[in-house]
Amino acid sequence: MLDVAKLELKLNGKTIINDFSLHVDKGEIHGILGENGTGKTTIANLIMGTNNYKPTAGKMTFEGEDISGLSVSQRAQRGITLAWQEPARVEGLTVREYLRLSSRNGEAVLNDSGDELERYLLMVGLEPVQYIGRDIDATLSGGERKRIEMASVLAMRPKLAILDEPDSGIDIVALPLLLNGIVEMNKQGSSVLLITHSERVAEIAHRVSILCAGTIIRTGPPAESSQWFKNNCLTCPHINEPAH
Amino acid sequence: MTSYSVEKEYQGMIDAYEKAGGDKRVLETKDFAKLVVHENRVLANDPIKGLKIDTEETKSGVSVKLTVEKGTKVPRPVHLCFGLLPKEGLQEIIMKVDAQDNSEINVIAHCIFPNAVKVIHKMDADIEIGAGARFDYKETHYHGDDGGIEVIPKAKVKVNKGGLWQSTFALSQGMVGKLDYDFEVVCLEKAIAELTVKAYGKGNDDIKVVEKIHLNGAGARGLAKSRLVLGDKAKAEVRGETYGNAPYARGHVDCMELVNGTEAIARAIPIVSVTNDKAKVTHEAAIGSIDRKQVETLMARGLDEDKAVDVIVKGILR
Repeated sequence: MLDVAKLELKLNGKTIINDFSLHVDKGEIHGILGENGTGKTTIANLIMGTNNYKPTAGKMTFEGEDISGLSVSQRAQRGITLAWQEPARVEGLTVREYLRLSSRNGEAVLNDSGDELERYLLMVGLEPVQYIGRDIDATLSGGERKRIEMASVLAMRPKLAILDEPDSGIDIVALPLLLNGIVEMNKQGSSVLLITHSERVAEIAHRVSILCAGTIIRTGPPAESSQWFKNNCLTCPHINEPAH
Repeated sequence: MTSYSVEKEYQGMIDAYEKAGGDKRVLETKDFAKLVVHENRVLANDPIKGLKIDTEETKSGVSVKLTVEKGTKVPRPVHLCFGLLPKEGLQEIIMKVDAQDNSEINVIAHCIFPNAVKVIHKMDADIEIGAGARFDYKETHYHGDDGGIEVIPKAKVKVNKGGLWQSTFALSQGMVGKLDYDFEVVCLEKAIAELTVKAYGKGNDDIKVVEKIHLNGAGARGLAKSRLVLGDKAKAEVRGETYGNAPYARGHVDCMELVNGTEAIARAIPIVSVTNDKAKVTHEAAIGSIDRKQVETLMARGLDEDKAVDVIVKGILR
């Protein structure tokens, strides 16, 4: 479904992403596990086309189409979306409106049914009656905003959801709900690129790739990759030096 | 002034109001208390029990005295509709408001100028909110696309002990033209004032906003808030002033101006002043472009960039 080949990003002469290759199958939850500063969020931005990041080399195709030159909207209209690690707040936009705005190929996915919207909020552990009419503004906590972002992705029913650190700012009570929501979304047909530094989160993936210094250094089953990450990355004295 | 029959004028106002997105039923039925004024002619005056609307037509507009009698709680919003349908003209509204003690009212003013090429709309208001009274005033403008209008709303408001004045001025449909808004509120003991201005400047629109709140009574509270979005060659200057002159007075100035494009000009001048050591007044002013991350958030849900910006602007001006 998503093929990324030999992607490179240089910013101000510094290599941020280097020889990054990745394949995400249709129906797969693919984890990318990496320490802070290894380039995880940059990968999310490159695939989504956000933050004005454009690869300096390499190729990205989605369902066989080269997406490198597409705008963020065009990528979203083809079924790719991104849930930010720190989602933006939009004054004057209610949760209901935000969820309804989710669309694909310009057509509303939702039937505007209140039940449908409420279901997505419940899937991420938010009580609809308390949240559906609220503004997506500074009155929401980071964790609440994060869960609304996930609900919005669920509402979009994307072909590929890129989730950047979905657990950050989420308390331990809500985390299982959020992870269940991701698994449920996957069962409904969405592939997921799950970007995280948490082995716990990576457990729900089908395969997990380890990221170091902007490059994938190994891919395998979640348990095996997490163990390798624990043994090597967490104790690594050569942060972001994959040659070691 | 152009000659119209009253019926035609009234229907013209209703049609223009509906075209601008308003619910025409409020102007068509007697179920809502209302006052409809076209140019200098009163087309409808439907008060209700406890609410008196006295009017006098003048050469260039109308003098209105609106009295909410003591203890009256007006159950439904009262609609004021002012407008001018011809391309040219002057409308001056002289407004006197007496919201007596412990009264409550919600007033929605619709100002309709769909065809303005050379129009001046002025309002001079003298407003007194009684002790414990609550007055909510929303003024929404519907302008055409010519921008040939000058809007000059001025008000002096006094809020007595424990009273509440909330006003919102919104001008986001059509071209602003030239706006010179100046509201000044004096709050006595435990009184509350909240002033909000929202405007979307485009073309060569010229916007000047002054919001002044004097917190003269102990425990008085005030908020001077503005939300402006500017595109094309529009320019705006917003002056939010709050003065804490009594113990435990609390005030805040909150100004946000967003510039979309390279030729619009925004200025914000917050003034906060305290003359009592137990008073506290704060301010925040932000001027900048529309947040890229907000735009990309909506684009990542499938909206194209223009639509995403539109949703964000409408949210800010809501």
